Amino acid sequence: MRAIDLIAFNLKLIERQRLRSAMLLAAIAISVMAINLLTGIGEGGKQFVLAEFNLLGKNVLIMLPGKKETTGGIPPLTGEATRDLTLRDAEAIARLGNVSAVAPLIAGKMEISHGQLSREAFTMGSNRAFFDIRQLEVAQGKALPQLPFEQSQAVCVIGSKLRKELFGPKPALGQWLRAGDSRFRVIGILKDKGEGLGFDMNEAIIVPVANAQALFNQEGLFRVFIELRSLDGLQKSQQRIVALLKERHEGEEDVTIITQDSLLSAFENILNTLTLAVAGIAGISMLVAGILIMNVSLIAVSQRTREIGLLKALGCPARTVALIFLSEACIMALSGALIGIFISEALLYVARGLYPTIPFTTPLWAQLGSALIATVTALLFAAIPARKAANMAPVDALLDKKAGQA
Amino acid sequence: MIELQQLCRSFQVGDQCVHALDHLDLKIARGEYLSVMGPSGSGKSTLLNMLGLLDKPSAGEYWLNQTATSQLNEEALATLRRQYIGFVFQSYHLIPRLTARENIELPLILAGIAPKQRRPLVDKVITRLALTDRASHAPNQLSGGQRQRVAIGRAIVMKPELLLADEPTGNLDSVSGREVIELLEELNDEGITLLVVTHDQAIGDRARRELKMIDGRIASDSANQTISSIGS
Repeated sequence: MRAIDLIAFNLKLIERQRLRSAMLLAAIAISVMAINLLTGIGEGGKQFVLAEFNLLGKNVLIMLPGKKETTGGIPPLTGEATRDLTLRDAEAIARLGNVSAVAPLIAGKMEISHGQLSREAFTMGSNRAFFDIRQLEVAQGKALPQLPFEQSQAVCVIGSKLRKELFGPKPALGQWLRAGDSRFRVIGILKDKGEGLGFDMNEAIIVPVANAQALFNQEGLFRVFIELRSLDGLQKSQQRIVALLKERHEGEEDVTIITQDSLLSAFENILNTLTLAVAGIAGISMLVAGILIMNVSLIAVSQRTREIGLLKALGCPARTVALIFLSEACIMALSGALIGIFISEALLYVARGLYPTIPFTTPLWAQLGSALIATVTALLFAAIPARKAANMAPVDALLDKKAGQA
Repeated sequence: MIELQQLCRSFQVGDQCVHALDHLDLKIARGEYLSVMGPSGSGKSTLLNMLGLLDKPSAGEYWLNQTATSQLNEEALATLRRQYIGFVFQSYHLIPRLTARENIELPLILAGIAPKQRRPLVDKVITRLALTDRASHAPNQLSGGQRQRVAIGRAIVMKPELLLADEPTGNLDSVSGREVIELLEELNDEGITLLVVTHDQAIGDRARRELKMIDGRIASDSANQTISSIGS
C-alpha cells in the first residue's frame, strides 16, 4: 500500500469518526501543549536570569547587609542587618589588593519634579564606578563625575523615559530637577536599555551617593558592587572581604556576598525542579492519552472486524493491516502534537505581550521532542490493538456476527 | 487449475470433533462454472473459504496453479489471494465510508498500484458493470443489486482467475438476483473460473457443473455422473 493511499484511507476514517478523533486529538494536544508551555516558561525564566546577570561581569561581587544563615537557595536580595554597611566600609574594601572598583548603592522611590511635571521615580545614589560595573551607557551628556565617596554634588543622570516624562520634547541637559528637598542639575541621559536586576533603568535617576544619603536621611548602604581585577583570586578575595568586614563590625559576620555563579546555580536548582515537574506532567498526560488511544483502537478493531476480514480477503497481508492501525495512531499523534504546539505558541505569544522583558520561547528541541514523545506513545499504545487486528484469522473476521451488515 | 487431495477441515466443538470437510478430492479446470449446493452445515462455506485461502486445512493438500498451499504462511497466502482470487459475499462486505468507486478501487490501493494506473482499470470495471452514474454514491445510497454489482466490481478489478461467490443472490429480490447471476455468468463466459455456493436450486441448476455436499463430502458431482452414465 502506498503511503499517500494509506494517509487518504486513514483520513476518511478519522473524518467519519469525528467525536472519537476530536477526543484523541484533544488528549494529545493537551499533553504536548503542557510540555511546550512549561518548557517555554522555564526557558524564558532562565534566559531572563542569564541576561540579567550577564550585565554584571563574572568578576563582580554584590555585597548585601545581613547574613543569611541557611545555605543553599537564593541569597537574600533584601537582607536585614543589625549593623549598616557604610561608605567607610566601601572605602576599606576599595583599598584591598584585588579590588579594582567599588560602587556603593542607596536606592528608593522619590518624588521627582520639574516645573509643573512631577512623578515618582526610582532614585539611586552611587558613583562613577557604578556606570562601568553595570555597563550603563550615556546617550547625551556624561556620567556622574569621579568624586570621593563622601563628597556630594548636585548633579544627576536620568533615564530616557524619565527625561521624556519630565521634559517632553525640550532639552533636558543642564536643566534643574527637584528631588525631595534638593535640586539637581541634569548632566547626562542614559541610553535606552530596559530592565536590569529588576529596576527599569529608563525610569531611574542616579545621583552621587552622598546626596542620596541626605535625600533618604539614611547612612546604610543598600548594596555594594565590588569589581575584582581578576577572576583567579575570586574565592580568596571573597574571604578577605568578609574578614575585613567582620573586623570592622566588631567580630560579627553580618554581610552576604553574592557572585554570579552562586545566583545562577540557585536558579539552576529551581529550573531543574521545574524540568522535573514538566517531565512529570508530560508523563502523566501522555499516559492518559496513550491509554485513551489504546482503548479507542481496541474498540475500533472490534468494530471493524469485518472490514479487517475483508481487507485480508482482498489480499492485504497482516503487516499492512497492522500498518493501517499504526499509521492512524501516528497521524492522530502528529496532528495532535501540531495543534498542541500551535496553542502553546499562541499562549506564549500572549505572555510575551504581557511581560515583554521575559523571553518566553519554547526551544526547538522541546517542540520536536514533545511531538516525538506523542508519536512514540501513540505507536506503543496502538501496537497491541494493531497486532490483534493483524493476527485475526480472515474467516473468523469475515463471519463476525456482532457487526452490522454493510 | 485447482486440485484438492484428501482435504480435511475439522473443528473442535465441545468434546466432539466436527468434520466440516472430510477427505475431499476435487479438481477444477480453468474456465469452469460450478455450483455447490447442500444443506446447512454440509461444508459448502468451509469449502469456499478453503478454496479462497481464507481457511487452512487440518490435513490434505490444496494445489492452486501447481502451488501447494497448506504450508504457506499468511503473507504468501495473502499474495495468492490478491493475484488469483476474487470474492463475492452474500452481505456484500462493502466499506460504508467509501464510495462505490473507492470500494472497487480498494484492492488496487492495497496492492500498491499507482493512482495513474488505477484510474483506467477502475473506469473500465465501472463501465462494464453499468455503475457510471452511481460511482460517487456511498453503499447506503445504493440498492441491493447495485451493492452486489459494486462488490463484483471489487472482486474482478484485479483480474482474478477464480471468482468465489457465497450466496451472491441471498439478500436480493428475484429480479436483481437474476441480473447478478447473469453478470457472473458473463464474466465466466469471458474466461473466469466461477464457483457459486447457493441454496437456490434454480441458480444451482444454471451451472455447467453441480456439486452436492453432505456431511463434508461431495455426495454428487455432475461431471462424474455424466462420465459414469456414459460408462454404464
